[in-house]
Amino acid sequence: MAAPQVAPLETPDTDEVPAPDRPWVTIVWDDPVNLMAYVTWVFQKLFGYSRGRAEQLMLDVHHKGKAVVSSGTRERMEHDASQLHAYGLWATVDRA
Amino acid sequence: MFQRCSGHYVATFAVDEVRVLRKVATEVVGLLTDAFDHADPVVVRLFPEAYPDDAADTAEFRRYTEGDLKTAKIDQAGAILAALPDDAGGEVRLDGEAAEAWLRALNDARLAMGVRLEIRDSTDLGAELDDAVATDPGSSRMFQLSVYAYLGYLQESLLSALID
Repeated sequence: MAAPQVAPLETPDTDEVPAPDRPWVTIVWDDPVNLMAYVTWVFQKLFGYSRGRAEQLMLDVHHKGKAVVSSGTRERMEHDASQLHAYGLWATVDRA
Repeated sequence: MFQRCSGHYVATFAVDEVRVLRKVATEVVGLLTDAFDHADPVVVRLFPEAYPDDAADTAEFRRYTEGDLKTAKIDQAGAILAALPDDAGGEVRLDGEAAEAWLRALNDARLAMGVRLEIRDSTDLGAELDDAVATDPGSSRMFQLSVYAYLGYLQESLLSALID
């Protein structure tokens, strides 16, 4: 990247600069029907998580009622949520 | 029940099992096509609100994802129908892709039945079945409960074969 040859006269007011895309999250909610082993498998399959991490997330969903399973841009989270819906998991999108 | 056999997942079904699976998968397809209704609690569960606190964002999400999601769910139920023997007992042999479609489709069917049967975290399926056998073994709930339990058993067995 080339350095500017002339210094800008004004530095932009930081308040007016759009905030960087805030991370969003995908949340999976507990459900009485989905099998625990299936939920673990889905987390491994969709997110490439290790068996241990996927199991921990599944247990969080089971015991705490919900867990954040991924974070990133809003578009990405909506993609993740719709994938999770295809597998029958109850997923929602929210701000981090 | 399902066993891995040279890269495939194989199980043998009795004719009654084939009929039940065909019925269940056909019902799921019906629910996603002719009978599709956003007010149906089963549809609400299969197509969850992405933004529970924001109807406009949820509607927008639906506009972009619902068509594909519906097609995927119809296709996965179709994978069950495609692999079943014709009204006879017999062997079902699935490759990896078909096995995963079966897993998702069995899950959709269980979710649908779970809503209708009002399955809760506290539901004790064994006790419910014992109850139903003792009071009214011919009841529709008894039949639905045993199908629900059977689908869970089948899903677990296919998943074990896939993972191990």
